[in-house]
Amino acid sequence: MVSSPFSNLFGQSPIRPIQTHIGLAHQCAELLQPFMEAAMVNDWDTAKDLYQQIAKLEHDADDAKTQLRTNLPSSLMMPVDRGDLLLMISKQDKIANCTKDIAGIMVGRKMAIPVEISELMRKFVSLAIETSAQAVKAVNEMDELLELGFKGRVLDVVETLIEELNRLEHENDELQIKVRAQLFEIEESLSPINVIFLYKVIEWVGALADAAQSAGGKLQLLIAR
Amino acid sequence: MEIIAQHGHMLLILGCIFAFFMAWGIGANDVANAMGTSVGSRALTVKQAIFIAIIFEFAGAYLAGGEVTSTIRKGILDPALINDQPDLLVFGMMSALLAAGCWLLIASMKGWPVSTTHSIVGALVGFAAVGISVDAVNWGKIGTIVASWVVSPLLAGTISYALFTSVQRLVLDTEDPFKNAKRYVPLYMFFVGFMIAMVTVLKGLKNTALDLDFGLGSKFLNGLPLAIIAGLIVSAIGALMLRRVKDTAVEGKANRFANVENLFAILMIFTAAAMAFAHGSNDVANAVGPLAAIASVIESGGQVATKSALPGWILVLGGLGIVVGLATYGFKVMATIGRKITELTPSRGFAAELGAATTVVFASTWGLPVSTTHTLVGAVLGVGLARGIGALNLKVVGNIFMSWIVTLPAGAGFSIIIFFTLKGIFG
Repeated sequence: MVSSPFSNLFGQSPIRPIQTHIGLAHQCAELLQPFMEAAMVNDWDTAKDLYQQIAKLEHDADDAKTQLRTNLPSSLMMPVDRGDLLLMISKQDKIANCTKDIAGIMVGRKMAIPVEISELMRKFVSLAIETSAQAVKAVNEMDELLELGFKGRVLDVVETLIEELNRLEHENDELQIKVRAQLFEIEESLSPINVIFLYKVIEWVGALADAAQSAGGKLQLLIAR
Repeated sequence: MEIIAQHGHMLLILGCIFAFFMAWGIGANDVANAMGTSVGSRALTVKQAIFIAIIFEFAGAYLAGGEVTSTIRKGILDPALINDQPDLLVFGMMSALLAAGCWLLIASMKGWPVSTTHSIVGALVGFAAVGISVDAVNWGKIGTIVASWVVSPLLAGTISYALFTSVQRLVLDTEDPFKNAKRYVPLYMFFVGFMIAMVTVLKGLKNTALDLDFGLGSKFLNGLPLAIIAGLIVSAIGALMLRRVKDTAVEGKANRFANVENLFAILMIFTAAAMAFAHGSNDVANAVGPLAAIASVIESGGQVATKSALPGWILVLGGLGIVVGLATYGFKVMATIGRKITELTPSRGFAAELGAATTVVFASTWGLPVSTTHTLVGAVLGVGLARGIGALNLKVVGNIFMSWIVTLPAGAGFSIIIFFTLKGIFG
């Protein structure tokens, strides 16, 4: 076996793996849209099928996360802080985890979405996914950041992307309040247990957008150093 | 004396074989490392890298390889102490060559990051201290060499840090990186051509018939116009090559710098040549220096000359050994490196290579036998410190440091054993 000590000097760059990871997490989140549609029309076969796809993607993201973590020994010299990077990936991972939790509980309980809130709910979910997409956009700038040594013009680009990400999350927060208010209006007419879990689902959709925003926040921290 | 008269030819032939073996080791591993960045950044294919290495290693050794040779021969050993024992010098140099060659072979097989320079220095010290006397070793000179192990990576790191930062400022972090790359890359090319020409004029040419004198006073000033002309020629050729690269619009933002890197890839052809030249001028001496000492003693019938010209044929032999090592084993190493360092873009590879090459050129001008591999490691770390490389494994740096320490005693040990064996056979 021919090996060169010189080539061993180069460790595995964490940048492409972290982009791959958020890509997987976002693919997972994107499936939430068709999943919700299916749930709204009580098509539980399709919903179950989508849930399985979500679970698989979440699993893939988990694998990617573990692999990235194990490939980051403390002896690695990187242009970014190791701790920040690890925090960032755990936030990214949360996007996939939330998605799986939402789909899991809805499939398990065959939770129908009341017609009264379905319109707003649809908007709410789609905005959360949009927030996640924005986080992906920002993270995908990382290779360009590396090209400039995490300095210079691309920083402004990323700053703008993260600002937009924050705006989306904020908008999503407001939608969450609205959806909750609508649910509160009709909650007397629903079974109490269903209502509890509906609130839970709403909370988790909010948490998904939140995780996307935090991933962006960690990216900001990463480049601020 | 009788030994030399009796076995002179035999010893010389053996010496040539040992030197060739040592040069083979240099080509097999060291050169492969030196050219690895070019292959890793996809600027060159393995075949192209070998081709460039062959030409420029040879040119470097032939045109500028004289200076370090004398350091290794006379700087480390005190010839005065062995004046009346020329046979010891011959045996010693032979064992140093064979010892360093063996150690390089073992290290190459095992993948240990050893330096050819350290191997030969260790081997020389080994036989001199044990075979002659501890006083025969110029320990002060060893100190300088040890110091150069720290200084040369540091210098290379600083230069490549500065180069990469300048690339960021002038090219990458601008409104129109492609336009600026076309503007500034020829400037870097000029620097490459200038440096190679300068070192050739300053310390080379002794081996060729050419002798330049424009009557400008110092050798440095005499070389200056020539170096500038060479730099201009190189950058002119480079500019022509750059013109062929079109700024074709690439889909998607992921490729914002792709076209710029294509321009830097052309620059890397030149830095790879500079690297090979610098390496050839410095490291070939490791193999040919001791052989030159052997040849000088034998041809003069047993005189230890304090100063002797380095015969051209010896340099040719050393250059040939390197080429054969590269072609038979080094290409495998290069392919391994190429697969591994995919994160190294041409703009970084260029900074690292040029930083390392410049350091080697400087060091060999001062007569310091520095290690190319370690200089290159220092240069890569420099680019890493400029936050330019995705991830560097600092543990490997520790291993390399360890190998610096281990190589000296290992070379010495081998050399001592071979020395006494040779003495037993011929003495």
